[in-house]
Amino acid sequence: MTVTTAPVATSPATPPVATPPRRRGLARLPLSAWHLLLAPLALVFAVPLVWLVLSSVMSDAEINRFPPALWPSGIDLGGYRYVLGNAMFPRWFANSLIVSVVAVASNLLFGALGGYAFARMRFAGSRLLMGLMLATMAIPFQLTMVPTFLVMKRLGLIDTLGALIVPSLVTPFAVFLLRQFFLSLPRELEEAAWMDGCSRLRVLFLIVLPMSRPALSTVAVLTFLTTWNDLTWPLIAINHDTQYTLQLGLTTFQGQHHTKWAAVMAGNVITVLPVLIAFLVAQKSFIQSITSSGLKG
Amino acid sequence: MPRLPTPLTLPAGDAREDGQQDHGQDRDRADHAAGAGEREPGRRRRSPLRRGETATAWAFITPAVLIILGLSVIPVAWSVLLSFQASDLVTPSRWVGLDNYRALSQDPNFSQAVRNTLLYTVLYVPLSIGIGLALALVLNRRIRLVGLYRTLIFVPFVVSATAQGVLFSFILDPEFGAANSVLNTLGISPQGFLTDPGQALLVLVAISLWSGTGFCVVVCLAALQDVQPSLIEAARLDGAGRWQLLRHVTLPAMTPVSVFLLVWQTINALQVFDLVYVTTKGGPLGSTTVIVYFIWEQAFKNFTAGYGAAAAYVLAVALGLVTVGLRLVRGREQRRSARPVRLEGAGK
Repeated sequence: MTVTTAPVATSPATPPVATPPRRRGLARLPLSAWHLLLAPLALVFAVPLVWLVLSSVMSDAEINRFPPALWPSGIDLGGYRYVLGNAMFPRWFANSLIVSVVAVASNLLFGALGGYAFARMRFAGSRLLMGLMLATMAIPFQLTMVPTFLVMKRLGLIDTLGALIVPSLVTPFAVFLLRQFFLSLPRELEEAAWMDGCSRLRVLFLIVLPMSRPALSTVAVLTFLTTWNDLTWPLIAINHDTQYTLQLGLTTFQGQHHTKWAAVMAGNVITVLPVLIAFLVAQKSFIQSITSSGLKG
Repeated sequence: MPRLPTPLTLPAGDAREDGQQDHGQDRDRADHAAGAGEREPGRRRRSPLRRGETATAWAFITPAVLIILGLSVIPVAWSVLLSFQASDLVTPSRWVGLDNYRALSQDPNFSQAVRNTLLYTVLYVPLSIGIGLALALVLNRRIRLVGLYRTLIFVPFVVSATAQGVLFSFILDPEFGAANSVLNTLGISPQGFLTDPGQALLVLVAISLWSGTGFCVVVCLAALQDVQPSLIEAARLDGAGRWQLLRHVTLPAMTPVSVFLLVWQTINALQVFDLVYVTTKGGPLGSTTVIVYFIWEQAFKNFTAGYGAAAAYVLAVALGLVTVGLRLVRGREQRRSARPVRLEGAGK
């Protein structure tokens, strides 16, 4: 591993206070030879996304010549005008937003209710049910996608947003994650509230949930990310273009407009931007959610 | 929701959760180990039982139970039936016994899909974890701009597979793409990329690495920050050099997280679909037809849903074997190392 040849002696575990304040006022942290590796590498990760934004503001002439322009000569909003005017991107955006927002809200609600019951209440069959729910997490989606399509068809939901919403109303992951978090909370406050005659529901909403912000935000972030980004299920459940989500709309639009790359890239920016903005605004919460889902389940 | 490899992430203390009330105190300790810290002994553990408690509990869990079990138990059973039938999803289906499975074993397209999926997995999983771990070790240093580097490397992970596919179809377009334009100025002849049967799958691996490595980096970084500083200090006082520190302290502490990533990335790689659908639709010449694409094509394009269901069962069994196999490895690993690593404890 190349790491050992590092010309820096800074230990990974050195606490912040141990670093001598070099170049006071400019930046606290030292420069290092690792920048020679990291800077080009970070560029590799960033360039495709930069190129995405750049090409969305190119004119058709710039984008369709060979070799194509690598930098736009000016900002041409033709692509955006096209996807917002001629295509149904605003509609698809609204559809995606509805599905994601409903999924987030209902996962928080049903996840909290279920998680709380499994964490704090004793009733016959609770262990069995929790075990069953956990077991369903191991079932791959491919196994259930064809029959789920048939179930949704029986319910008359195919080709409506309902078909996208119902399967994502609540996931075992949300129930389990919240249950684990509730178990880690001290019971004293809840018990005091019971003494005062608070109902379970009030205890949950007034005492437990306000203490559970980290877990709730993990559920919200991951639910939003997966619902917004999903393509497989909308592709199966939706046929009519008025019901498309952004992901489905984008790939269909690309298939139909091979030569209108600026418009396709404008649509792509519209698809990516909400998640990107959400990520940049709440980066810490995103990263915590993703690592905690992976490591602590 | 990300489909997590559940049995793997199940905390150790969970096996006896919600147990008999005689063990209540014991259990409470396991449950609270991660969060609230120790509790005073002799405290009352049971929540006050109230009339109607069971009814309330059922009211709380009914929505979750109905949706989760309803949309998993019914479909799983249904797809067993489907796999023994010939069904076009519209007209009534016909019982064909094991014919679907027999046909599957002789279908050259299916064996090609299996080969493609395995190749993709064998390339993507080790590369993403290896690069991710190496990058995490570098990014764990306190150097200038390290936060910016971390952000830039992670950002592609939140971009949907659809957006990635559309973006890279454009960048790698043989005629109008920027990639060939750059190669041209470097004096390299234009490449076919996703349109070249010999390259397409490798290009898909590269795109997946672009978006998936950041996840491994972030997970490894979190684990690195959990390595106890006292261990490193002790090793250093014993005269361990940088290489020895890495080999004998840091990397062993990373074993659990590496096993987790191995399972997680393998499960995701075996299920790759969106990117393939958006970029190549399984082509050119079937060179990127992966198993899930094959299932989707059978069920929703060729309308041979029973055949697709049979293929899905083959995949499900494979996924199950991966999970169980690696769980056994992990169990052995856990028993072998006496040192408690925080990641594996009775976490929250």
